[in-house]
Amino acid sequence: MLNILKNRFEQGCRTSPYPKTPVQLPPRYRGRPEINPNAPVDLARRCAAACPQDAIDAENKTIDMGRCVFCGTCQRISDGQFVTFTQDFALSVSEKKHLITRGTLPDLARHARQHFKKLFGRSLQLRQVSAAGCNACEADLNVLATPFFDLARFGINFVASPRHADGIVVTGPVSRNMKTALFQTYEATPEPRVVIAVGSCALSGGPFRGSPEITEGLDKLLPVDLYIPGCPPHPMTNLHALLTFFK
Amino acid sequence: MTTDFKPISNGAAIALADVPHFSLDNFACRALHLVSNGGKVVQFFAYPHGDRLRFLAVLRTDTLLTATCDAPDTYPAMTATCENFHLFEREIAEQTGIIPRGHPWLKMVRYHANARGVADVFGNDYQEDIPGKYDYYAVSGDEIHEVAVGPVHAGVIEPGHFRFNCIGERVLNLEIQLGYQHRGVEPLLLQAAPNRRPFIAESIAGDTAVANSLCLAQAIEALSGMPVDAGAKIIRTIGLELERIANHVGDLGALSNDVAFLAPANYCGRMRGDFLNMSLLLCGNRFGKGLVRPGGVRFCLTDDIRNTLVQRIAELKPQVSHVIDLIFSTSSVRSRFEGCGRVSRSDAEKLGLVGPAGRACGLPYDARRCFPTEHYGNLDIPENAEATGDVYARAKVRADETMQSIRLIESLLRHPVETHCVDGENLPLTPDSLVVTINEAWRGELSHCILTDETGRILHYKVKDPSFHNWNGLSMALRNTGISDFPLNNKSFNLSYCGFDL
Repeated sequence: MLNILKNRFEQGCRTSPYPKTPVQLPPRYRGRPEINPNAPVDLARRCAAACPQDAIDAENKTIDMGRCVFCGTCQRISDGQFVTFTQDFALSVSEKKHLITRGTLPDLARHARQHFKKLFGRSLQLRQVSAAGCNACEADLNVLATPFFDLARFGINFVASPRHADGIVVTGPVSRNMKTALFQTYEATPEPRVVIAVGSCALSGGPFRGSPEITEGLDKLLPVDLYIPGCPPHPMTNLHALLTFFK
Repeated sequence: MTTDFKPISNGAAIALADVPHFSLDNFACRALHLVSNGGKVVQFFAYPHGDRLRFLAVLRTDTLLTATCDAPDTYPAMTATCENFHLFEREIAEQTGIIPRGHPWLKMVRYHANARGVADVFGNDYQEDIPGKYDYYAVSGDEIHEVAVGPVHAGVIEPGHFRFNCIGERVLNLEIQLGYQHRGVEPLLLQAAPNRRPFIAESIAGDTAVANSLCLAQAIEALSGMPVDAGAKIIRTIGLELERIANHVGDLGALSNDVAFLAPANYCGRMRGDFLNMSLLLCGNRFGKGLVRPGGVRFCLTDDIRNTLVQRIAELKPQVSHVIDLIFSTSSVRSRFEGCGRVSRSDAEKLGLVGPAGRACGLPYDARRCFPTEHYGNLDIPENAEATGDVYARAKVRADETMQSIRLIESLLRHPVETHCVDGENLPLTPDSLVVTINEAWRGELSHCILTDETGRILHYKVKDPSFHNWNGLSMALRNTGISDFPLNNKSFNLSYCGFDL
């Protein structure tokens, strides 16, 4: 008993004051990309050629956050002259076209479907479907339940059955072998239901792009309401998306 | 004349012409002899040679040994003599359509059509997309019942199907069918441009991102003669150990959670995050993605970051140690851990269990000590073998390794580390060569194998996750165990679905 109390005291209170107080991520974290529209086009082309994810459109000078895995290669090549990754973890968008960006994202709160806020603003139960990613997205969704993020204090929970859920959170590039299970889980979720795509794989196929075994984007299979980019998205990105979109 | 399997070094390329080539009978006879006498299978696969296929095996005793033979359309299964080959032969059958005659349990591994376009060994129609469509092993009798779980599980967990045959609460047999996450990683690694390869490798299993990118990087370095400086080796070692600590600490919390001791579960969840945040500090990604690249690392360890890491570890080390002590000194935890899900040493030998799961059964093999890469040759890695093979032993090994890894990182952070950062230069690869890389990932022996053709292109890429060996260990652990102890056993192994499914 004494040992339990001693540990409790040593551990202290760890819950993040976010969203009341802003959170600062470390300097090497690569968040929302910003494009310099005045960069020379051949520099943009060099970045596009080096991008492992084919995420850069050099002619239009945009970056596709759905494909991007936030490796920072383009920033390094252009020495920050074309792309810089900021420490801003607010990356999520409600329409796929907004993933292709120069760095300014639409205000997610205003783009949220108002009836979702009304329905789910005080209580949101989500069912997670892991569909062939690498388990990093799942791991960083799971940490939302740890004391630091403590998702439950916002009335948001991950539940065990789609029957108890208001929506599904899908990670991974939806392999051929997971399609049926995904559709069945979706069908089992009562309407109105939300579909949230988390991570580069669910948004575009991610690093597995080009494999015949996977789907290049969840939106090809289901109507997606919220897109959360990252490889994997930082837990703060997930938390920001859920709070802004539904609260 | 070569008469036996050829010794090779971990992470050193050799010419394919120097790999001994046997007749199938001689190959099988020698391989079975080695493995029957305590050797283990590291890799066993079929690769294209002209318009034919060849088998290549990499075995380990106290050295790594390799040889090839021509692959026939059908051959007598080696599994019939030696269980170590079991999944490897099934994998070959699935990937190439080669039938191992007399294989005791020939069923699909990942549920996909073979690459050669020949008749499917299992008679599956891959237009239907349910890997679970298969007659599971069944037990009959009056009080026998079956429990089917998955592919979609009740938590935020990867997909896989578990089929329990039970009598009352007692599990007679657990059959595990995976393949739901099959993404075609190996063929993709062949086709993808060289600059994509590290990203694919890092996404084979995100919780093993550093180990996978390390295996890829070492293989490419060996094939292209790319040097790696001493500083980069230290940073990679730190990255791999941070990955180990984060996963072990997280799982100790999950184990605690599964025996309803919630306080340490929460503490461990938070502390795991603190270790992930150290990787974030080092390379901008919590899972260490983007840290390791062929030729070195993409991020240096500045003195600022080094000092911050030292401070954070100084703060966390006593906390981790105290929470581990709390878990293991609580009698209600001990009573659930001890004797639960026991795997005997002889079963572990036959299945070829690796990593903490193997060490918990008394198999001390640790690639960091036996086939050291990076900075491990300079470090002292203890043996960590436990005898009991139960949940307690698996938890204990992981707790001990957590503290050892913290001390390793402490010692590596003591001095400034200098390195020249790289960003995945693409040098030509030596033609007609073979390289095998092995690293001790947190779940155990992870191995990548690359063969190049006469033009220096990658001819074959083979990945073997430690879970490939260990899933059957979980099945064995469940025999005669209460079904309610499944979550506890599952967590004590915490195997990778996506690493297995590829």
